[in-house]
Amino acid sequence: MTFEYSPAPESRSIVDLKSSYGLFIGGEFVDGSGTSFKSISPATEEVLAEVAEGTADDIDRAVKAARKAFGSWSRLPGRERAKYLYRIARLMAERSREFAVLETLDNGKPIKETRDVDLPLVSQWFFYYAGWADKLAYAGLGPDPRPLGVAGQIIPWNFPLMMLAWKIAPALAAGNTVVLKPAETTPLTALLFAEVCQQADLPAGVVNIVTGAGETGQALVEHPGIDKIAFTGSTAVGKAIARTVAGTPKRATLELGGKAANIVFDDAPLDQAVEGIVNGIFFNQGHVCCAGSRLLVQESAYDEVLEKLKRRMSTLRLGDPLDKNTDIGAINSAEQLARIKALAEIGDAEGAERWSAPCELPANGFWFAPTIFTGVSQAHRIAREEIFGPVLSVLTFRTPAEAIEKANNTPYGLSAGVWTEKGSRILAMADRLRAGVVWANTFNQFDPASPFGGYKESGYGREGGRHGLAAYLEGAPA
Amino acid sequence: MTTTLRRTLEGLPGVDQVGLEARAASLGTRSIKTDSKKWAIDLAISMVDLTTLEGADTPGKVRALASKAKVPDPADPTCPSTAAVCVYPDLVAVARQTLGAAPINVAAVATAFPSGRSSLDVKLADTRMAVEAGADEVDMVIDRGAFLSGDYGLVHEQIVAVKEACGPAHLKVILETGELQTYDNVRKASWLAMDAGADFIKTSTGKVQPAATLPVTLLMLEAVRDYRIATGRQIGVKPAGGIRTSKDAIKYLVVVNEIAGEDWLHPDWFRFGASSLLNDLLLQRQKMTTGAYSGPDYVTLD
Amino acid sequence: MRVDVRKTHKLYIGGAFPRSESGRTFEALDAKGRFLANMAQASRKDARDAVRAARSAQSGWAGRTPYNRGQVIYRIAEVMEDRRDQLIEQVRAVGSTPKQAAATVDQTVDRIVWYSGWADKYVQVLGNANPVSSPYFNLSTPEPTGVVAVLAPSSLNMADPLLGLVSTVLPAMVTGNTVVAVTGTAAPIPAVTLAEIMATSDVPGGVVNLLTGDAAELGPWLASHLDVNGIDLAGAGDAATDLEIASAENLKRVRRPADEDWTTEPDLSRLAQWTETKTVWHPIGV
Repeated sequence: MTFEYSPAPESRSIVDLKSSYGLFIGGEFVDGSGTSFKSISPATEEVLAEVAEGTADDIDRAVKAARKAFGSWSRLPGRERAKYLYRIARLMAERSREFAVLETLDNGKPIKETRDVDLPLVSQWFFYYAGWADKLAYAGLGPDPRPLGVAGQIIPWNFPLMMLAWKIAPALAAGNTVVLKPAETTPLTALLFAEVCQQADLPAGVVNIVTGAGETGQALVEHPGIDKIAFTGSTAVGKAIARTVAGTPKRATLELGGKAANIVFDDAPLDQAVEGIVNGIFFNQGHVCCAGSRLLVQESAYDEVLEKLKRRMSTLRLGDPLDKNTDIGAINSAEQLARIKALAEIGDAEGAERWSAPCELPANGFWFAPTIFTGVSQAHRIAREEIFGPVLSVLTFRTPAEAIEKANNTPYGLSAGVWTEKGSRILAMADRLRAGVVWANTFNQFDPASPFGGYKESGYGREGGRHGLAAYLEGAPA
Repeated sequence: MTTTLRRTLEGLPGVDQVGLEARAASLGTRSIKTDSKKWAIDLAISMVDLTTLEGADTPGKVRALASKAKVPDPADPTCPSTAAVCVYPDLVAVARQTLGAAPINVAAVATAFPSGRSSLDVKLADTRMAVEAGADEVDMVIDRGAFLSGDYGLVHEQIVAVKEACGPAHLKVILETGELQTYDNVRKASWLAMDAGADFIKTSTGKVQPAATLPVTLLMLEAVRDYRIATGRQIGVKPAGGIRTSKDAIKYLVVVNEIAGEDWLHPDWFRFGASSLLNDLLLQRQKMTTGAYSGPDYVTLD
Repeated sequence: MRVDVRKTHKLYIGGAFPRSESGRTFEALDAKGRFLANMAQASRKDARDAVRAARSAQSGWAGRTPYNRGQVIYRIAEVMEDRRDQLIEQVRAVGSTPKQAAATVDQTVDRIVWYSGWADKYVQVLGNANPVSSPYFNLSTPEPTGVVAVLAPSSLNMADPLLGLVSTVLPAMVTGNTVVAVTGTAAPIPAVTLAEIMATSDVPGGVVNLLTGDAAELGPWLASHLDVNGIDLAGAGDAATDLEIASAENLKRVRRPADEDWTTEPDLSRLAQWTETKTVWHPIGV
């Protein structure tokens, strides 16, 4: 008997999609001074809305609005700033279904994820940092740490609203004002968030949203009125930003790419480890900076793990992101899909063996089946370069020392996973892994109380936790 | 033999509690609607072992139960009958007589159910009595005391002996997962029972809390899946106790589907040990047919 | 002319509002000595029942996620803000000017918000990894002590029937403890409103129990109760020393009374007072 799941679509009607959006500057929606571009649904390629392409002038207006608001915002007692952030947290919780649907439409990720992961973390992030606004003296940065000023924040397309929360919440709690530029393929939830700022009666200019692409971001980074840049995105752009701020008083925190090793020992809790492997690379279609994109499996467990992994991958459901039973959604853009395909072809050419989960790809939209490459070694490009898609490279190791060596043998250092039932080994591995986040017997866990960020070329600075405040206060390293 | 058995059981992969429970919770968010929901409800009804296991059971009670199993919804003849009725061994004959030639099995609990605290002789006599009275299936309990004190060999021996005493009847082995406490123990006990000849492994007697849970059933489905891969032999799973709503039952079917696979989506390989679940399945079935929410006056209480 | 429906004021125990098992009442009076209402007068048996309710609720409350505890406590502030006018009226009636009463109520709401924001943070400030000199991972974390009894400062100070009460009850709640608080008899009505607010804010029954009654009568029973883990003597007055002696029987953690200005932002000491530090060692080795 086959158990077919009937379509279970989440309704789109909860979202009031406008046909076009302006910019959010000084507490109001205003027209951009340049051209506009379209934001599409990557699952169907339909046009969702027209969005303004922010010009250097628009950036200038926004930075001025943020600067104007900074004086009174930073002078507000922390407990009053806190209450604005609590309002935002509660509003995001109230409107979470609406935001989840919009995020799924604009990004292509499954509604199951936006509803159960992204949106809860968004409101929790604001709630957590709201509580720090009047407790900065306890943050370990001195008795009265001061904000930096105006922060320019540039976020990526993989977790649009969640990245917005990671940036705005601590910045505001610490007393800064912000100009945020969402990614060009996913601007819509940031623009809807601006409405929430209005509903919360957030003072004008504390949050400003300027949409656009690379040039808009560059204008923001280069603007002399910015005290701080916070960037999440590719390592290449991160390096460019680091070069740009050199010699200026601007501080930067960067959260960049990764090629995390997910290490499975032969004494791992195997079924949960397989779940962790799948979650590590196929959650969010692999569009995750900390994805477990290299499976390092102990040779003695190789056959069993691979067999279970393939069987598990065969139950992944790929399709309409708005269907509540979809596990794997669309690739965010045609460009990203082309990159993934190109790197997968390189994997073939390098001699690795490709296996994909059997699934039907819809005719429209951008799709890539969950795929693993076995027979991969450290010398392969698919073991070194970030694919940022649902593609896992499988390598083997014999001993803990070898696993460490291979795991650390990369310019990246964002995250790592360790699977073993032996507690002391978990701690020994965690001790030696050069990664900012180590997940033991789990993967892709996020919490606003837990610091997140990378070693080496995965960036610097931490988001989340007490440590996450340092990025937005004096008294911490640049 | 005991040492080999112990080594085998202790060599099984451990179970991470947090990971297992997260997977069960995630499968619990599947949204089963419209046609698939109708199909699942009918399948669930056909998988119910309609149960009464009370000290106060009488022939009258068992007759009512068996009648319900045959015709769960008098107002709707399209409604499937249940897989079995489940009673104490001294009421098997009444159940069999009421069911007549209907294709519904009589399952009897045996082996000093629910505690399992008696001698092997008594347990075997209990089993034989049930089989002689006409039981098609025997639901036995393992010796949890022996298991928890590490005497796996004794637990194994008892299952082997009961299986023999079953003759043609199918044997379900109740692990009483609520008393085993850890998921590692449940995995070990599952393998032990399968190795000793179980036809079905069953979560609980329903007399101890917690009874069946989604994570524990998921774990047992992993066990039967892996066992068939290792040995070629397919074994069934029965969660029992605490499954009260159609929503719950459908979650279990999703777990069967995605963990063990469609080969287990059949009453021959998966059962629900339940009593009040049936009425909720009927109420949901009525809503799927009429479109309106139903109520307790529209299902029979037996 | 419309006849109003007057409220019966009861105790708050285990999430319910029972009268005192003793059947006794006392009169709540306003600043001019005029009758406001009869209050249930809590007895030692009510206190005993409250401790039982608090104990029963404690592991569940401590088992909630820190975020959830923070959200529940924040909700208390939301609901209290919603009943601001009523509370201002009640505080004013016992002697404050309208401006003072408004300030008290606003500060109380803000105090609750301040504490709610600690729920998912205090571990980061009070706990830490310890750099021991051997190959062990060593972690210290604060855990709740259990059931905390509070003799609220409102016992001694009619002019503050609310802010001091909240400032002694909340720090225990935030860290996963459950509370039995005695309000005193001088100005108990705002405490009853606080109880109603908690009862409608998703606070699980038994997490906070509020007994309107005499601290002098109930104090000794709570101080000597062997299933109470900590006691805040803020409202004990002259009985403080005797109560501290009685507390020694099971080595309760004791907070001695002090001259406190409840209007200023507290430090962490009250919050930390009701925690126990647990330190765990774990070897590091492949």
